[in-house]
Amino acid sequence: MSGKPKIIIKDLNLHFGKQHVLRNVTANIPEKQITVILGPSGCGKTTLLKTMNRLTDLYPNVKLDGSIHIGNDDILHTKKDITEIRRHMGLLSQRPYPLPMNIFNNVAYGLRISGRKSKKYLKPRVKHYLEMANLWEEVKDRLHDSASSLSIGQQQRLCLARGLSVDPDIILADEPTSALDPLSSEVIENKFVELKSQYTIVMVTHSLQQARRIADYVIFMYLGEIIEQGPAKEFFNTPKQDLTKKYIKGLFN
Amino acid sequence: MKKSKLRNAEELFFRGVMIISSSVIGLALFLILWSIIKRGLPALSWDMLTQTPKGGFYFGKEGGIANAIVGSLYLASGATLLAMILGIPVSLYMNVNLHKRKKLVNSIRFLLDVMWGIPSIVYGAFGFTFMIYFGMHSSLLAGILTVTLFIIPIMIRSIDEVLMSVPKGLMEASYSLGSTQSETSYKVFLRQCISGVTTAVLLSFGRAIGDAASVLFTTGYTDHMPTSLTQPTATLPLAIFFQMSSPIAEVKERAYASALILTVLILFISIIARIISTRYQKHKIKI
Ligand SMILES: Nc1ncnc2c1ncn2[C@@H]1O[C@H](COP(=O)(O)OP(=O)(O)O)[C@@H](O)[C@H]1O
Ligand SMILES: [Mg+2]
Repeated sequence: MSGKPKIIIKDLNLHFGKQHVLRNVTANIPEKQITVILGPSGCGKTTLLKTMNRLTDLYPNVKLDGSIHIGNDDILHTKKDITEIRRHMGLLSQRPYPLPMNIFNNVAYGLRISGRKSKKYLKPRVKHYLEMANLWEEVKDRLHDSASSLSIGQQQRLCLARGLSVDPDIILADEPTSALDPLSSEVIENKFVELKSQYTIVMVTHSLQQARRIADYVIFMYLGEIIEQGPAKEFFNTPKQDLTKKYIKGLFN
Repeated sequence: MKKSKLRNAEELFFRGVMIISSSVIGLALFLILWSIIKRGLPALSWDMLTQTPKGGFYFGKEGGIANAIVGSLYLASGATLLAMILGIPVSLYMNVNLHKRKKLVNSIRFLLDVMWGIPSIVYGAFGFTFMIYFGMHSSLLAGILTVTLFIIPIMIRSIDEVLMSVPKGLMEASYSLGSTQSETSYKVFLRQCISGVTTAVLLSFGRAIGDAASVLFTTGYTDHMPTSLTQPTATLPLAIFFQMSSPIAEVKERAYASALILTVLILFISIIARIISTRYQKHKIKI
């Protein structure tokens, strides 16, 4: 394996009602690297990502078995408060969902709900995270404008800043660039490469090129199963499974 | 060829129906406003707004309906406030906490819709029976409670309707930042829906201030300014009703003036609510 595992997923099975969406998923996600989950659409990538911070709790008729260990906790069975666990993970979704408030408050939100409310503390923090997300220069004069007045690319970077503000050690991202223009996509990609020295990043994508560019570790899924996983170099240069070979050659979608 | 002719005819027919029905509605609205203004404006006077009915007011002598204006404002504001305090948490609870219990929430919605459809006179009668049971007299308080009951389904369901349109992604974004359910409710959902909440409040207030049947037995009527929650209180719809049923022409005209006052009051509150909602709406996340 490559590097110390940060998230250990074991025998994970998930059903949406009668539909078996994740089948015996077992994977070790390495710490401080970029893990890319690849696969054709509908194969369960988003669902797998959402199990990692238990957003699957929000769906009715979900049945989950198996375990996901992060640190010492099995987050699927822990007695710890799930909100506490989620605070250690940032999430970027397919399209950005800023909160219905101004730019400053979007970044300050996570800090405020964890009890850090003084303006004096918040101001430099907000600036810091906006800088980390390469957004500060563009918004420093309009921090009190509504977040929805930003472009989609800027909104996604705002969501990154917001996610970083709670000081997570894991960043989960579900096709974070699929709704963005090439330039904003590049900013996000570069940012991820920069951030991986401090964070464990798990990113879903269906773009092979993107995976080739930034992945350290690849998990390839098909119809709810992991077909193959391994360090990116091995995965792309010497794939073992026929399905993987076909997928890498671009033979299906 | 034939087909396209048929489609054209169809198109023409539905467009015709649309134009006719819109005009009928527009015309009806215009006629109502016109008759209120035409007959009410000449009868309107400063005294009407500032005086209470003196002895002979209902026979065409001096006085006004200030007591009914103030009473109606008290009644509608009190009931709307109560309905908000109860209705906002309930509708948030339905959409955030009970988010996964679709069946339960839909049953609640159905029940509320039934309650919405019950005529206000039934609420009035219910309130009245209740008052008798507890030995209460008709009073401002009894009226407020009855009207609250009557507008609460309106309040909950209209807020609920906008909360339902909050995208799932926003909910996930909120939880992924480590928000609790109540933080998700009050800091995210409520903000996203502030304009919908304003509309709901407005709709409820309009129903509360304009309804006569629910206050007929519960609030009662008096010629004095309302000074206490436990005293009977005059309201505008009843003031209109009493003046309208008078055989004296002058008093009848005053009924129109009172209707005009009520209409302007509602208009005024609508405008204020719109201003408030656009101020907050700017943060709404567009989908
Ligand atoms: N909330 C849900 N309820 C029922 N089925 C779902 C739900 N979300 C996803 N699915 C199903 O689970 C499968 C995997 O979906 P998803 O994880 O979104 O795939 P991907 O992200 O790889 O495109 C799909 O077949 C989809 O129809
Ligand atoms: Mg997906």
